Amino acid sequence: MTTKMFGSPIKRVEDPRLLRGEGRYLDDLGHDSLIAAFVRSPHAHARIVDIDVTGALEVDGVVAVYTYDDLAEDAAATGSGVDKRLPLLIPHPALHAPRTGYPLAKDEVNHVGEAVVMVVARDRYVAEDACERIVVEYDFLPPVVGLDAAKAAENTVHEDVADNVAAHLVQEVGDVEAALATAPHTLTLDLHIERSASMPMEGKGVYAIWNGDEESLRVYSSTQAATSVRAAVAATLGMAQNKVECVAPDVGGGFGVKIVHPWPEEILVPWAARKLGEAGVAAEVKWTEDRREHFVSSAHERAQEQKVTVGFDDDGKLLAFDFTFWHDNGAYTPYGIIVPIVTSTQVLGPYKPGAYRCEFFSMYTNTVIVTPYRGAGRPQGCFAMERAMDAIAQYLGKDRTEVRSRNFIQPEEMPWDHQLTFQDGRPLVYDSGDYPASLEKIKALVGWDEFEKIRDEARAEGRKVGIGLATYVEGTGPGPYEGAHVIVETSGKVKAATGLTTQGQGHQTAFAQVVADELGVRVEDVEVTTGDTRRFRYAVGTFASRAAVMSGSAMHIAARKVREKALKIAAEALEVSVDDLELVDGVARVKGTPEGAVGASLPLSTIAVLSNPLRYAFDEASKAATQFAVGDVTKPPVAPGEEPGLEATGYHSPPRSTFASGMHAAVVETDPETAEIKILRYCVVHDCGHLINPRIVEGQIHGGVAQGVGGALYERMEYDEYGQLLNASYMDFLMPYVTEVPERIEIDHLETPSPLNPLGIKGAGEAGVIPSAALIASAIEDAEGFQIRSMPISPSELFHLREAHARGEVPAVARGGESNGRPGTKTRRKKEKETA
Amino acid sequence: MKPSPLRYFRPTSLPDALDVLARLGDEGKVLAGGQSLIPLLSMRLAAPPALVDINSVPGLDEITVDAGTLRFGALVRHTDLERSDAAFAAQPLLRRALLNVAHLTIRNRGTTVGSVVHSDPSAELPAVLTLLGGSVVAQSRAGGRQTERKIPASEFFIGPLESALRPEELAVAVEVPVAAPGEGTALVELARRHGDYAMCGVVARAVVEGEQLKSLHATYISAGDMGSVVDLGAEVGAVGADQVDLDALGAFARKVVETDGDIHATAEYRSHLVQVLTARAVRAAVDDAVNDVRKEAS
Ligand SMILES: Cc1cc2nc3c(=O)[nH]c(=O)nc-3n(C[C@H](O)[C@H](O)[C@H](O)COP(=O)(O)OP(=O)(O)OC[C@H]3O[C@@H](n4cnc5c(N)ncnc54)[C@H](O)[C@@H]3O)c2cc1C
Repeated sequence: MTTKMFGSPIKRVEDPRLLRGEGRYLDDLGHDSLIAAFVRSPHAHARIVDIDVTGALEVDGVVAVYTYDDLAEDAAATGSGVDKRLPLLIPHPALHAPRTGYPLAKDEVNHVGEAVVMVVARDRYVAEDACERIVVEYDFLPPVVGLDAAKAAENTVHEDVADNVAAHLVQEVGDVEAALATAPHTLTLDLHIERSASMPMEGKGVYAIWNGDEESLRVYSSTQAATSVRAAVAATLGMAQNKVECVAPDVGGGFGVKIVHPWPEEILVPWAARKLGEAGVAAEVKWTEDRREHFVSSAHERAQEQKVTVGFDDDGKLLAFDFTFWHDNGAYTPYGIIVPIVTSTQVLGPYKPGAYRCEFFSMYTNTVIVTPYRGAGRPQGCFAMERAMDAIAQYLGKDRTEVRSRNFIQPEEMPWDHQLTFQDGRPLVYDSGDYPASLEKIKALVGWDEFEKIRDEARAEGRKVGIGLATYVEGTGPGPYEGAHVIVETSGKVKAATGLTTQGQGHQTAFAQVVADELGVRVEDVEVTTGDTRRFRYAVGTFASRAAVMSGSAMHIAARKVREKALKIAAEALEVSVDDLELVDGVARVKGTPEGAVGASLPLSTIAVLSNPLRYAFDEASKAATQFAVGDVTKPPVAPGEEPGLEATGYHSPPRSTFASGMHAAVVETDPETAEIKILRYCVVHDCGHLINPRIVEGQIHGGVAQGVGGALYERMEYDEYGQLLNASYMDFLMPYVTEVPERIEIDHLETPSPLNPLGIKGAGEAGVIPSAALIASAIEDAEGFQIRSMPISPSELFHLREAHARGEVPAVARGGESNGRPGTKTRRKKEKETA
Repeated sequence: MKPSPLRYFRPTSLPDALDVLARLGDEGKVLAGGQSLIPLLSMRLAAPPALVDINSVPGLDEITVDAGTLRFGALVRHTDLERSDAAFAAQPLLRRALLNVAHLTIRNRGTTVGSVVHSDPSAELPAVLTLLGGSVVAQSRAGGRQTERKIPASEFFIGPLESALRPEELAVAVEVPVAAPGEGTALVELARRHGDYAMCGVVARAVVEGEQLKSLHATYISAGDMGSVVDLGAEVGAVGADQVDLDALGAFARKVVETDGDIHATAEYRSHLVQVLTARAVRAAVDDAVNDVRKEAS
């Protein structure tokens, strides 16, 4: 009998193909197509004076060279929108000065890497040769690099945004000013987080085919949002949506950067394919982003400066949390202010903050745009809250876990309404969670209470080890909806499709598990397609840990409808009641009948045949379904209200996000001489509700932790004062190798089901990365005995912090029985409100 | 990231290779393992008009030990040399150094001679060759006549990515002296990630006779002047092998070895590493030398 697949740690069905090199990524397609390359701005801020492309046109093999003027000309001639600024995808009332770029720079460039000229040629070599011969004359403008320069606003990124502020948002619950004034204790922390980036192994890429006979486009894009790319291409090129197909082939990672759309290239490549196709030159154009382009023309994330003021009582209970931060959004805001909104709401974690006020300024700088990267603002929020928790514990001389548990929202208080508005525009209400239980688990897993002895022993040997802990709550699975289509073919095989895309998460496996359970078939009999508008046309996309919650639930709903239909058809055919039937091992059978009993069962394949009355018998199966073979001659072959085919579509649209949570703990060792930082242990307690496939969930955690370690100890975007990115290669942008990630990540699960979806699941895609910076900072602080306020941290920086600490410039923290007095700075409540 | 147009030659004999190089002069560039050159070409940081791929030239992949000299040819891959027991027996420092060079896949293609010729101040091999007093064997052809010269390491490394090799010359091999009795060596480095170029590295060589330290030298990776050797022995004076004042040596090295800052490490931190790693490398080299003396004695 088919065993229940939900919850089973089966191996990923997609892996053998991908591991054997049989994946079909964007650049594996279209070997004969023309290739595009771009001249990109070498300057962070400049006015374009002149573009001379004559040299490029002389290069043998060059087919076309386009500048903004060509876009304008095309728009005038065809009415297309290629000359317009790229869309502001997510407007928000607080985003008072949104700015987006053009597909090709019009008369100003605002960051190094902005596309200025597009070359289409026989191959990439020729295209790059041609790019080298294009002469762009620039008038330099002063660049604004870094938050300090943006705040100072001596220079502006956009002439008409005088203070460089793109957005300003304040949310307040309760009276923070009053709560701080009466709080027995207050502390203020100034914190800083550096830039990093998604860095999928496969960069972006677009491949477009113009079909002149049908006047249609097929666009392959390495995207996280196929349906939206399709809509954007159709809208911009002035085409009907049914003339544009968009397919995400195998995608080699996304991590957020590929949710942005349309990227300039997603407009330009299809546009060029149509233009060249109509001219009879060639109908296929492809562009594959190289690594250097990815560094300077995709997106980054994370950079924030934060000021946190907390008011608390003698027990460490929060009475007020006042959070102001400045978010570096780069040169443009095509994806709105999702990242700072997420920071400003998810900062709260598992805690009741008392009175809460958050104010942020989203600032323009002449650097690459900032859009969500796995975690999407949460790591920054977690950093702010968890650093504050540690600071309170130090101040009061209490254990860090004790202060945290004082402030937890209790399980019986769920659903918990923070009375704020979340990223999805809906109330920030936690659906479920058990934070005290999580804390108990993580303490047991890492051996929190026994650590003091370990630290003391190490110190006696001249070693520095420290332990850290960080908690998070993550809003996952936001709406508005996802859908799925499930069909049983007459072979008995099941084909399932959903519109959102896959970048390596294992959807083919997890969704098949969900469907297999409903239909009583084997997982290997279910084939899942994602991100192909030919198969499913309505979708939102893969981000915010929403695929399993949204499409997983939709799969369940669609499969259940198919199941009901199958049972109904079988009941009629077997002349039994639906209630007496079950679907197992690929057959509908009367419950309790011994296996193989004649007449008591019907295979799904036969039910599929019966579901579709046919006129023509083109094969053996269809013979059984011709109108001359079956049915009651007095009734219509397809009953009123029914549809032919054993298939169904289902949608899941929950009222709100569901909130996953977890806690990480780590033990680190720092070399007293070289300041090297080594993670000795890394423990995770993770609660994403019910697990569809524990193996996949753990894989997601492993990947997230690896990226988190990168963000905490290795990665940063090294911009110089001119806005040049100095480390735009894998040689100098230090992503951790497998040798830098802890060999063993110890994981324990807690399963607090979500009431918001039929499977009781919550998202798991981002959790691993969220607490890393806060966690590692906490552990290093513990090992070193002085405050860590800025992340990431390198050995060189730790060395300098030690020196500064020795000079008395970096305050000590007292912990582990040490008695260096009460550290931390007690601050007066600020009378005036912060202004920028 | 595609190279500029270039002509490609793949000679199949040494004379042919030398002829092509002679003909091309400034325009030609040797391609060995390609692990340094190909990225430079792809990023168009270098755009030589012609490449001379020596991978089909026979006879360049030999490792020999003869008359006190260990010699490895231009097509000996890092991995070959690292795994050669004969080479390890002759001069153990090479294996120790090569294990710090990049990752396995890069070592499988990259050549040790190429790494020397590339003259990267962050690479291990130039520092090793300088410390050991090795030399580069360079051959060229003019008018049908083949000439060879041996360039000592002290003259070979002119500066970052600059060597004394002439465009028409092929480095056919590198030679290093076989370890002397009582010689001990060590390489200690610190990289940001496993296999990365070091933020700072120290290669040390100690010679011990009986119980006495006879000489002690060090060269530096990502610090100091390329091609120069720091005589630590002169600072220590004649002492017993177990009496070397490591702290004093570290402080001395910090004073004499200049450092620069970059995005991975400030100059000050590098200087600190020079100090700490000098002490560690000297400790290991002296221990190695003492062990060698004991081995000889037993
Ligand atoms: C990711 C990465 C990490 C690395 N990390 C390290 C590291 O930690 N330490 C380290 O030392 N190296 C490192 N390397 C470099 C590696 O060791 C190279 O293999 C080596 O520097 C060059 O050897 P090659 O055979 O690949 O030379 P090529 O790349 O083929 O050539 C390099 C240069 O030397 C010249 N050349 C090569 N051979 C000859 C010859 N016989 N005669 C004349 N000219 C010649 C070429 O013309 C070229 O200018 C790394 C490389 C990569 C890609």
